[in-house]
Amino acid sequence: MARIQLRDLCGVRCGDKGDISDISLFADDLAAYEAVLSEVTPERVKAHFGALVAGPVERYEAGNVLALKFVLHQALGGGAPRSLRSDNLGKTHGASLLRLWIEVPEEVASGARRRHAPVSR
Amino acid sequence: MAVRLGGGQGFYGDGLAPVSDLLEAGVDYLVCEALAELTLAILQKDRQRDESLGYTRDLPLYLAAALPHVLAGRTRLITNAGGINPIAAGRAALSAARSAGATGLKVATVVGDDLRPRASDLALPPDALFANAYLGAGPIVEALRAGADVVVTGRVADASLFLAPLVHEHGWEWDDWDRLAAGVTVGHLLECSGQVTGGNYSGAWWENPDPLRIAFPIAEVDEDGTAVITKPEKAGGMVSFDTVREQLLYEVHDPARYLNPDVVADFTSLTLTDLGEDRVRLSAARGGPAPETYKGLVCTPAGWAGELRVAYCWPDAEAKARAAVRYVRSRAEATGLPVEEWCEEYFGVNAYGGPTVDLAAADASGWEPPEVIARLAWRTADPESAGRLGREVGVLGLSGPPGISGTGRGRDGRPTQLLAVEPFTVERALVDAQVRVSVAEA
Repeated sequence: MARIQLRDLCGVRCGDKGDISDISLFADDLAAYEAVLSEVTPERVKAHFGALVAGPVERYEAGNVLALKFVLHQALGGGAPRSLRSDNLGKTHGASLLRLWIEVPEEVASGARRRHAPVSR
Repeated sequence: MAVRLGGGQGFYGDGLAPVSDLLEAGVDYLVCEALAELTLAILQKDRQRDESLGYTRDLPLYLAAALPHVLAGRTRLITNAGGINPIAAGRAALSAARSAGATGLKVATVVGDDLRPRASDLALPPDALFANAYLGAGPIVEALRAGADVVVTGRVADASLFLAPLVHEHGWEWDDWDRLAAGVTVGHLLECSGQVTGGNYSGAWWENPDPLRIAFPIAEVDEDGTAVITKPEKAGGMVSFDTVREQLLYEVHDPARYLNPDVVADFTSLTLTDLGEDRVRLSAARGGPAPETYKGLVCTPAGWAGELRVAYCWPDAEAKARAAVRYVRSRAEATGLPVEEWCEEYFGVNAYGGPTVDLAAADASGWEPPEVIARLAWRTADPESAGRLGREVGVLGLSGPPGISGTGRGRDGRPTQLLAVEPFTVERALVDAQVRVSVAEA
């Protein structure tokens, strides 16, 4: 097995509805999808977000597009127009999920295709 | 014959330039989605100030862009820019059309989403600022059948804005769940404009073709519900399996049961096929009967917020920023200010130090941020309390931790007049001659 950070394995998109943060996690192939399916459980996501998410976390599967959906309740400080947070829409929550480190089979780690953007200063 | 839909707007404040590319590429319908949940709250504040507002005020801009194409019979415009005041928005659209010299333009207005007239039946909170139902595609189809060139609605479910022209053009039945699901899927893919064409893309976004000019999307939808998502050729961005699937699941919660007033769509059943050349085919969408109820959204006052933003430079930037926040919070306690909730945040990467900061070495151990911006927000029941703590903040300027600085002057791109000051010398006699002292007694 190999240890890998989700940012190197998956894509992500997130949004909001009321006080719910809604995150989709995208794998690039079936092996990676199966790895995140077993590793990225709702319990793990709930623990990862800690105090940012007061309510439960639900997970849904969309195998047709190799994706997992996480629905985080009470996750935005009351919802966008009520929240005191600067990220009142939870736009950074997807990135926060990508910080998670998981254990995957060696071939999944070596096949990871997600790259980092070059910085020009 | 495939119907061509253009996703012309994804939120109130979205870009206008990509709309011209859509119109030039040719769309049968330009569909503009302007209403996030947060937008309704903003529009409510507008309407509180002025009863004739409460719609998204960029509506005339979209209308002006589309008008030549609409008048030429090439395109029709559908928008939910009406917000919480669609009647006023309809009037604004008519007057914008008239002032552009248009005659014979048919503008339809859809009302009925406002639930305030039924507040007591629905046991809405007495302090509700707005309460709306998310309407389906039906009323828009009715407007199109009546020959409307422009349809202005209030709260209509985002995807239903796009479903309506498909039902109208293809004659889909209201219980043809699979076709309706296909239409809603198309709508969902287009409703966030550039988010399906490379915007907010979490893959190699830096390799987007022409990334500063991301196209808005086009859908070509066949009678059987099969569709191709694409974009105007000459604009930037891209349409791929990856960009489309990211938008497919955006904000849908359970992807097997995407609730829409016209159908419950199953996004886990459909197939996305990347055809290359910025074309992705959507097929085999499945749907089931529409929900028994409409979704509503009610807004009530939730207190007042105050905020401090103060920046500290290196060294010990974080320690200083945290000390400043402790200071303000202790002032709230000392003065008995009834703060119901606090939010502390700390931002920062080299705003001030320029080349004196060696960012290349920043990853080395022992790295300290070049600056930290403390953001402290608080919630109180009334605006006076929220404002009172703001006045406790100024003392940090001269009597707080060292290295305090600014966080910039502008907000939301609003202009600030700049001023130049220049020292000079002046003859003493000239000034002394005009110096006067007066003493007054109270």
